[in-house]
Amino acid sequence: MQALDNVTVLDLTHHVAGPYATRLMADFGADVIKVERPGGDVARRLGPFQGDEPHIEKSGLFLSLNNNKRSVVLDLRTAPGREALAALARKADLVVENFSPGTLDRLGVGWEFFQEHNARASLVSVSNFGSTGPYRDYRLTELVLYGFAGEMYSMGMTDREPTKMAGTAALFESGAAVAPALMAALMASARNGKGQHVDVSLAETHFGGVDRRHATAIAYQFSGRKTLRAAGAGGGMPQGIYPCADGYVDFTNAGLRPDRVDDMLGSPEWAQDPRYTDPQLRLQPDVLEEWNANFLMWCLERTKREVWTEARRAKVMCGPLFTMQDLFKDEHFRGRGFWTKVGHPVMGEIEIPGRPFIMQEGGWALRRPAPLLGQHTEEVLREAGLSTETIAAVLAAGVAR
Amino acid sequence: MSPVKPLEGIRVVDLCVVWAGPFATMLMGDLGAEIIKPENPFVFQPMTRGAMARPPEFVLRAATAWGGGYPGNVPGDHPWNYNPTFVSLYRNKKSFTVDLRRPEGMDILRRLVAVSDVVYENNATGTMEKLGITYEWLKEANPGIIYVRVPAYGNTGPYRTARALGVHLEAVMGHSLLRGYDDADASMNTAIFSGDYLAGAQGAFAVMTALWHRQRTGHGQLIEIGQAENASAMFTQAIMDYTLNGRVQEAIGNRDAFGNFPCGVYPAKSPGTSASMEDHWVAIHVESDEQWQAMVRVLGSPAWALDPRFATNGGRAAHFRELDAHIAAWTAEREDYDVMHALQQAGVAAAPVLEASRMFDDPHLRSRGFLRSQRVENGNSYEFVGPLWKFPDTPVEFYQGPVAFGEHNDYVYREVLKVGDDELSALRAGGHIATEFDPSVP
Repeated sequence: MQALDNVTVLDLTHHVAGPYATRLMADFGADVIKVERPGGDVARRLGPFQGDEPHIEKSGLFLSLNNNKRSVVLDLRTAPGREALAALARKADLVVENFSPGTLDRLGVGWEFFQEHNARASLVSVSNFGSTGPYRDYRLTELVLYGFAGEMYSMGMTDREPTKMAGTAALFESGAAVAPALMAALMASARNGKGQHVDVSLAETHFGGVDRRHATAIAYQFSGRKTLRAAGAGGGMPQGIYPCADGYVDFTNAGLRPDRVDDMLGSPEWAQDPRYTDPQLRLQPDVLEEWNANFLMWCLERTKREVWTEARRAKVMCGPLFTMQDLFKDEHFRGRGFWTKVGHPVMGEIEIPGRPFIMQEGGWALRRPAPLLGQHTEEVLREAGLSTETIAAVLAAGVAR
Repeated sequence: MSPVKPLEGIRVVDLCVVWAGPFATMLMGDLGAEIIKPENPFVFQPMTRGAMARPPEFVLRAATAWGGGYPGNVPGDHPWNYNPTFVSLYRNKKSFTVDLRRPEGMDILRRLVAVSDVVYENNATGTMEKLGITYEWLKEANPGIIYVRVPAYGNTGPYRTARALGVHLEAVMGHSLLRGYDDADASMNTAIFSGDYLAGAQGAFAVMTALWHRQRTGHGQLIEIGQAENASAMFTQAIMDYTLNGRVQEAIGNRDAFGNFPCGVYPAKSPGTSASMEDHWVAIHVESDEQWQAMVRVLGSPAWALDPRFATNGGRAAHFRELDAHIAAWTAEREDYDVMHALQQAGVAAAPVLEASRMFDDPHLRSRGFLRSQRVENGNSYEFVGPLWKFPDTPVEFYQGPVAFGEHNDYVYREVLKVGDDELSALRAGGHIATEFDPSVP
């Protein structure tokens, strides 16, 4: 038994944030029916692709986002497509979509449609800027999301442009923020016997909290202080990222515990200068510079793993900057069973990260690989009680477009 | 009858520190759960209610705004109630004080656990055990309890005791080599804490999943969110490129992960310098040839933009630095918001890179009522960022402002735990019940 294996989610999301949220529900047992347009979710056309070959069944991004789901292709512009959607809605506990605001209404399958077919199910609508307001129809991408609503302004060097995160990290964060809204909508409708139309703005998921935006905002309200864009290194004993023999190590905020840092270093003579332990003197630029020059030498004599071993022994906050190769080979994560293998009908066996978290009971399982486009159309529509004739019409419409 | 909130009637004990844990419990509080935070008058957890209980002025000056930006830049008598990071994570929560290092304190916690549904913690591995808090101990107090632990690297394996903030475990999961400038050393990266929020949001999701399970089975359980493992999702493209193609990705600056050009952050007309934090930048992201043509029209179809080398994405990719220089020259003459509106109306994604103070002037956030006024202990009200979602029938309300230390001592001891007068006097005499940290705490 899995925690959510009595839940059916009708999933009309595509790209990254929405599918990531519904994948979390699928990971814990929900039957997530992924409705794709003819041609498929746009993520099928986004890389990385196996062998760098663009192919709708070879996207590593799509695979990651859609494991454990079933795929149904519906052309919602056709009557059979909408009839099939109504049948799926009647069996769903929750509906999720992330089209541009107004798109589903124009197709005649908006909030009223779902209420008509299933008044108990909530509809969670995820959009760029929300369903109201002057920017309602504006576009949002990873870069624009993080730049406008996230903490990008303060990331980078003072005299250069602000910098973004890796890949589509901001969209994944938004997806994670959507996941509790899905569970909350499900629980509220179960308790109240009535669905509601939930409005989630990707921009607000970042403005509202993701990566200290909430804290920089109130800091300004309190004090008028803004957050400078600055590289972290050298502002403490130690502070920020340092080069070492074979790469880099991150010591952000490690200087808060000078006793532990001294222990990590093995209490060398150079570190015993009383200026280094005086709470005021140790903040002065020349003193900081002097200490950091010595500390840099200590780092450069060691590999990132050697530095981290010493830091762990002395309980100093530290992290080596790993490459993906370092991470895949790392024995800690291997030993914990972090990696898992998924067998995909086109791509073969692939190693991927497994559980997002560990539940003692009813937890994560990989039940099926990400679906091929429309792999489950017939199966799912039959379960929903549609006639052979209607199913044939739906299939024809899906293929025709 | 007004609808019941999703987590109404659920009580959560918040043994959280810093960010990842408090963010999770904040989301649960927003959804209607009662969040109760036991706090110790004799122990100050750095980076939760600030760097220090009573930070001297030179510490505040050296700190970031979100660490040291107290109201009016004066920490006042109760600095722990005004730390910007803390107040932004502690709405809709209750605080009471108790010293868990002493047996009578642990007995209070045991009684609180007995009437709660969830215990949530994100301390370094070993901290809870040292206090005597284990899943077995919690289960004895309450067999149906859901215990969520958020260790950095998990509670097993060689890294289990490694000390880490979000920034450290993101380094380990590859993020620090994948982000930042493509032409500068990795040590030029600024600290990042994106994983704290990913784990926080998923922590709230995990609790609700476990509550759903408990309703079906009657069983509580132990949940472990290894924060590093959890953060890996954010780097999916890099992970998949390695597993599928053996490729080790590197930082690509502000370019698009999927190879569309142009994609970057360009200088806009600025009222001041970067040192005074008045430099303005605009993010522009073109995702197709059609969007590029639309952008060319907004640019006024200058000769350089009509260069056939820029007509296709492949051409723009091959000459992107030249392209970026042209765009930067155009944006530098314009206000960031003007660039946003002009491009967005043509269907191109663009927006100012907002410095936090500017969100208070944004008409869209205003029109959605996103910003919310909340009162802090000194009686003044300030505008805080709003909730992550809008639920029309079960709205997220900010019914409790950022919680003051020990603000709910009476409520928790008398109403929740039904502690009698004698015991209460004894606890008070023992220093358990306070609204200030003990003078011995720096």
